[in-house]
Amino acid sequence: MNVTTHPSEGIGASVRRREDLRFLSGRGQYTDDLNRPGQLHAWILRSPYAHARIDGIDTAAAAAMPGVQAVYTAADIEAAGLGGIPCGWQVTGKGGQVMAEPMHPVLASGKVRHVGDPVAVVVAETRNQARDAAEAIAVSYTPLPALSTMAAALAPGAPLLHDDAPGNVCFDWEIGDAAATDAAFATAHKVVRFETTNNRLVPNAMEPRAAIGDYDPHSGEHTLYTTSQNPHVIRLLMGAFVLKVPEHRLRVVAPDVGGGFGSKIYHYAEEAIVTWSAAQLKRPVKWTCERSEAFLSDAHGRDHVTTAELALDREGKFLGLRVSTLANMGAYLSTFAPAVPTYLSATLLAGVYTTPAIHGQVKAVFTSTVPVDAYRGAGRPETTYLLERLVDVAAREMGMDRIEIRRKNFIRPDQFPYQTPVALQYDSGDYEATLREALRGADYAGFEARRAEAKARGRLRGIGVSTYLEACGIAPSKLVGQLGARAGLYEVANIRVHPTGSVSVFTGTHSHGQGHETTFAQLVSEQLGVPLSQVEIVHGDTGKIPFGMGTYGSRSLAVGGSAMVKAMDKIIAKGRKIAAHLLEASVEDIEFSNGQFRVAGTDRAKAFAEISMAAYVPHNYPIEEIEPGLEETAFYDPKNFTYPGGCHICEVEIDPETGEVAVVAFTACDDVGRVINPMIVEGQIQGGLAQGIGQALIENTVYDAEGQLLSASFNDYAMPRATQIPSFGVSTSTTLCTHNPLGVKGCGEVGAIGSPPAVINAVVDALRDYGVTHVEMPATPLKIWSIIHAKDGAALPAAAE
Amino acid sequence: MYDFAYHKPSSLADAVKLLAEDPDAKPISGGMTLLPALKHRLNMPTALIDLSGIAELRGIKREGDAIVIGAMVKHFEVATDPQIMAAIPALARMAATIGDTQVRNRGTIGGSLANNDPAADYPAAALALGATLITDRRQIPADDFFVGMFTTAMEPGELLIGVSFPIPEKAGYAKLRNPASRYSMTGVFVAKGPKGVGVGVNGAASCAFRQKEMEAALAANWSPEAVANIRQPANDLNSDIHGSAEYRANLVTVMAKRAVADAG
Ligand SMILES: Cc1cc2nc3c(=O)[nH]c(=O)nc-3n(C[C@H](O)[C@H](O)[C@H](O)COP(=O)(O)OP(=O)(O)OC[C@H]3O[C@@H](n4cnc5c(N)ncnc54)[C@H](O)[C@@H]3O)c2cc1C
Repeated sequence: MNVTTHPSEGIGASVRRREDLRFLSGRGQYTDDLNRPGQLHAWILRSPYAHARIDGIDTAAAAAMPGVQAVYTAADIEAAGLGGIPCGWQVTGKGGQVMAEPMHPVLASGKVRHVGDPVAVVVAETRNQARDAAEAIAVSYTPLPALSTMAAALAPGAPLLHDDAPGNVCFDWEIGDAAATDAAFATAHKVVRFETTNNRLVPNAMEPRAAIGDYDPHSGEHTLYTTSQNPHVIRLLMGAFVLKVPEHRLRVVAPDVGGGFGSKIYHYAEEAIVTWSAAQLKRPVKWTCERSEAFLSDAHGRDHVTTAELALDREGKFLGLRVSTLANMGAYLSTFAPAVPTYLSATLLAGVYTTPAIHGQVKAVFTSTVPVDAYRGAGRPETTYLLERLVDVAAREMGMDRIEIRRKNFIRPDQFPYQTPVALQYDSGDYEATLREALRGADYAGFEARRAEAKARGRLRGIGVSTYLEACGIAPSKLVGQLGARAGLYEVANIRVHPTGSVSVFTGTHSHGQGHETTFAQLVSEQLGVPLSQVEIVHGDTGKIPFGMGTYGSRSLAVGGSAMVKAMDKIIAKGRKIAAHLLEASVEDIEFSNGQFRVAGTDRAKAFAEISMAAYVPHNYPIEEIEPGLEETAFYDPKNFTYPGGCHICEVEIDPETGEVAVVAFTACDDVGRVINPMIVEGQIQGGLAQGIGQALIENTVYDAEGQLLSASFNDYAMPRATQIPSFGVSTSTTLCTHNPLGVKGCGEVGAIGSPPAVINAVVDALRDYGVTHVEMPATPLKIWSIIHAKDGAALPAAAE
Repeated sequence: MYDFAYHKPSSLADAVKLLAEDPDAKPISGGMTLLPALKHRLNMPTALIDLSGIAELRGIKREGDAIVIGAMVKHFEVATDPQIMAAIPALARMAATIGDTQVRNRGTIGGSLANNDPAADYPAAALALGATLITDRRQIPADDFFVGMFTTAMEPGELLIGVSFPIPEKAGYAKLRNPASRYSMTGVFVAKGPKGVGVGVNGAASCAFRQKEMEAALAANWSPEAVANIRQPANDLNSDIHGSAEYRANLVTVMAKRAVADAG
């Protein structure tokens, strides 16, 4: 990389987020802020039952209500020949058995399979009219037994949710070497067993989903405005599979988007409904999700039930790991769902440790609940939680120190590249460095004094550590293709240098809180040597951007940023040719740095803007050899995943009388590769930590036996609040990624991945005098009080878990 | 929401008349409870009678040995009013813990008392302090006012216009918040005043109630220890995904201890 001419704006500078002025002053343009001329409004009637047969739908009364333009049911969707909502990943299980992939209809057909399943849609002049009419639709249902839990779905003789998914199983998959793992266990000094449930979460982005369909009868062009993390993916999935509209007739715009956390990756039925109905009615159709609807229709996250066994030798070295997971898919397969427990989770089972033999199994199960898919961290939080709790349990059973057992098993810096027994090859990392820095930052050595001081105040204080890694920057297309992905996972950048030297960057990634308009501009400013103010980042519109796979899995900088670097390399290469002509030198002698094309070893130079002007006003120009203009596009396909990692240390205090857990200190040292904007990285990590603390302590999705969602609003679904979040000590310690041009790894998810086990390890440590060995997430006041109260000896019907 | 008519009377008499004329009309004060219910279509009033234009419902005054608070006084005003902070500081502290900043700047004491949410804060204070609820037609002692879950002794069309709190010698409040809603999971307000000792409990049962055993113990010995071993029977307490009845029973004791400590 070149050295920047603008040290306060380039790589490494904490430039203030350029997008925040618009967001903080209420001038963001979110999908619901947009209104198209002549717009109609859709209301979706959803199933009140978890599982029921639809015996009939009478829409006559609704259709006659004021303002109603149309009422659609599955019959209309089927008559129009629309396809089902596609899944983007096909997992092949044991014995080559391809996963069961039942139809996911746009509107429920014949049966409803979860509370919230869309049954009918009303389109009317106003939203209230559409809603009034939806109440007048008469649906006759025959309720069928709900399958609220995986245990219920797997019980012998359980009714089938989908006729083509026998046993309600989607797939039964494995990874690693079972025989080698058995052999390792046979030689073990000790085997530690651990069972846990990774609690189901509702993503709850601040902005609920919304979609507007628009149709131009003259050109035949459809436009969808939607709250998406990846508009090109939506265009592909919806255009090719559901609506059967070719790309040049379908534009997807994702304007400002207020948070996604994964839940806005997927193609949802509502997007197809508004796009299709707008074309039917020749008027724009808008749908905006209510918060209560979001609980019943946004894909949920996590929900794994896992049993693990760890084999250790006498010294505490890990010899083998056996893991068996049940993964809840919900009622239908959401876009990435099959990949989450498998290729995004089980492939991480080595963690930061040298465990030589690993065998993982995942059985994916259909239940009558909202579909489950990737949520911030997607599979890696589940595996990290499992491993980092398991290691603590092992330390206790071995009578070893929790830090020592980790150190003994770390992959050392000189072992990279490190091939794990579960497919991945890690390129770089230094787990000792992040551990050391976190221990120092947390004053780990001084903890016992703090525990004693807390005890004097009647509080139980505990400390917990998690040393983790994760895989992001998804991913080499060839590899993911072999693993079942139905798309490539490269990224695209188009760089347009304007005549006066300002730059527009068109990226296939999407920013919905991450600050790309700032970070990417810093990157471009640094490499091209133009001031930040001269760089514009454009994203979120398939009509402007050539292509892209979008933002998730902390991939935007590692993959999208790398595409920008490649495109800028092409710009500079062309600029050198133009400069050689103008400076009457040979191309080999032209150097580019600080925004200047210079004849090496002389003071003869042309500024970047002079070159761009020459490219667009090619009067004195090598027109026979090169084309006018200065615009380049690059597709970058990553060579590997990237592997951020680090150490999180949490300190909690428990009020034994109420069971309340307070996080009183939290220290994180993360290796996210090269840091472009330290302030934005810190913000990303803090946000992730808040979500991790939420999962560990209070967030939980609860269904009753009838499949009704009990935690269906913020009244009953607990989100973390500012008062529950400590002032974090966040730092980074860097090893560079070896296979992308920037050396970056990704920082979007590390906070949510590394933190939950640190919190629970601290809670268990705080309760050590009660003989507690594990506490399931979330560690709510009720749960903690019940544990303490039961150990106090009093009889208590409410179990600890 | 469903459509409704909207009236904004400027006198109490007009408001009472509007309510008398239309049995399906509803008063609205801060709207913090009513508006979400309307948005969820759980309620279908023909008309909303907005009380915010009625001067008689505003104001905080000291009347002899009592503080009288108008029904339209907002939680934020209760939390920051110098007279309340001087006379019944525990009440001001309680108001400061209701909901969040936005809720405290919209929600009113009258709306909260009239609504009688089992998990609301004020009913416990009204019971413990021996408050009198003043309506457009009568005065109702707190003991008779809170009848059951979301139910009060007020008749249809009756308007709450204010509440009179006798000034106690000392009073204190402690609660544990529900982790999700942040309403009271269980809260206890204790007061020692002209009418004796009062212990009001919210959040634990279907309606706020007085804990008489604790009142007797505190009358004999005003100290946290006096209530530390009094167990609230769990039989009639609420049980949900956030707290079992046994847990809430425990919290009654713990919060009572802390409320006495808070009162000093
Ligand atoms: C996010 C959130 C958090 C909250 N947290 C808490 C909390 O921690 N603790 C707590 O105690 N409360 C909490 N609340 C409730 C809040 O305090 C409300 O202000 C209160 O419950 C109702 O007061 P209101 O003025 O908003 O009444 P409204 O919503 O306007 O009315 C409530 C009901 O009372 C009736 N009513 C209103 N005024 C009168 C009157 N003068 N006479 C007769 N009937 C009347 C209405 O018709 C309606 O049925 C919370 C609310 C929200 C939205």
